[in-house]
Amino acid sequence: MSKRTPLYDAHLALGAKMVDFGGWDMPLHYGSQIEEHHIVRRASGMFDVSHMTIADLEGARVREFLRYLLANNVDKLTVPGKALYTCILNERGGVIDDLIVYFMSEQWFRLVVNAATRDKDLAWITRHADAFGVTVKERDDLAMIAVQGPAACDAVHGLLGDAAPRIAALAPFHAVMAGELFVARTGYTGEDGYEIMLPAVQAAGFWQRLQAAGVKPIGLGARDTLRLEAGMNLYGADMDENTTPLESGLGWTVAWEPAARDFVGRAALEAQRARGITLTQVGLVLNDKGVLRNHQQVFIGGETAGEITSGSFSPTLGIAIALARLSREAQGECEIEIRGKRVAARIVKPPFVRHGKSCIESQ
Amino acid sequence: MSKVPANLKYIKSHEWVEPQADGTVKIGITDHAQDLLGDMVYVDLPQPGRVLKAGQECAVVESVKAASDVYSPIAGEVIAVNEALAASPELVNKDPYGEGWIMRLKPANPVELDNLLDADGYAALIAAEAH
Repeated sequence: MSKRTPLYDAHLALGAKMVDFGGWDMPLHYGSQIEEHHIVRRASGMFDVSHMTIADLEGARVREFLRYLLANNVDKLTVPGKALYTCILNERGGVIDDLIVYFMSEQWFRLVVNAATRDKDLAWITRHADAFGVTVKERDDLAMIAVQGPAACDAVHGLLGDAAPRIAALAPFHAVMAGELFVARTGYTGEDGYEIMLPAVQAAGFWQRLQAAGVKPIGLGARDTLRLEAGMNLYGADMDENTTPLESGLGWTVAWEPAARDFVGRAALEAQRARGITLTQVGLVLNDKGVLRNHQQVFIGGETAGEITSGSFSPTLGIAIALARLSREAQGECEIEIRGKRVAARIVKPPFVRHGKSCIESQ
Repeated sequence: MSKVPANLKYIKSHEWVEPQADGTVKIGITDHAQDLLGDMVYVDLPQPGRVLKAGQECAVVESVKAASDVYSPIAGEVIAVNEALAASPELVNKDPYGEGWIMRLKPANPVELDNLLDADGYAALIAAEAH
């Protein structure tokens, strides 16, 4: 049987269409995925992301451990509450998962990893943590709600009482504890907003208060088109254990300096860099009508150039868009094979949409 | 619950057929099908004049979620397609049995209509799929 979040009953009461997602029974949409997408771009929406795995890492050597475990460098985190996006790599430089790490104190860091990769992530992290005397504690007592959109922050502030000014002062990619709430100014939509972790027993009440404040429930369907427009990778589609960050548009998350910092996968990435990176991530925009889909083949000058890793329809732009992995640096025009026919597309630099506005018109 | 109008015929791949007074038939996808697929964003329509066999792929409906083939319930020639779907594919969601129709066909062999599911048969089929 699929797992259920503390908001499962709330989703059913809202008439959600439920689907299996990584072993969880989750809302795909509450009526119209496209309408929900527009709500997040124009007003505010809330997502139940309680299926994601929260793990607290504790120990005197936790920073040293994460310096070794993660491809990005936790030494960038100097202020408590600061967050960092990073990949966790295997010895071949392949991506085991992408995650956000929060610096809480020198004895405590918090990780948020994907739901579908929970088991292998926790096994991998725990296996390496032992040598550093670091304990890994899954926080399945917490729920997580993302509130996103141009009106999201104000809506959340209205529910926080005395804590509101402290939350309102949060810079992007920072988090703070507000009583039992952990509030982070992060997200997966390309809009402003918060991701809020709170005790599971409080989740339904908080969800209801957000709804009363005018925030609309948004399903995982719109979450995917929002993140794609924002040019954000999806684990398992845009990168996995057989691809490195360097060929997945995630080179910016690999901290090469200081050169003396060893991390899992570093040697493999350095070898790949020395050989030359032959694969690269690009954005695609379909010129004609139709929809781009994962695994469609991309052709440049009639020759195979790679394939789409994430394709869909962009509700904001009204056209199909995609992320693709191509065999070389490419610009300009290309063709996509859709049901045996080649259709014209254009290579662009993601993101496609940020803060409600198109980023591709000038390209 | 999905709507299953009593006056239509159906096939198990979720297309409906509505016989017209002039002997042609109108074809579309069912309310149940559009509900499964979600918001439509593109409909790839057949060329008028195309001659189809029963069960042949004739159109593709694409929702945000997935692309799905549409099959012709009976043999015949395509005599019209719903041009409004090019600009407004969401008509398939809003009015699957009305403004969201996909094509009109001139049946090659009208007796084929007798082999299709009636509303009760189709309703039983989708009820069984739900279990």
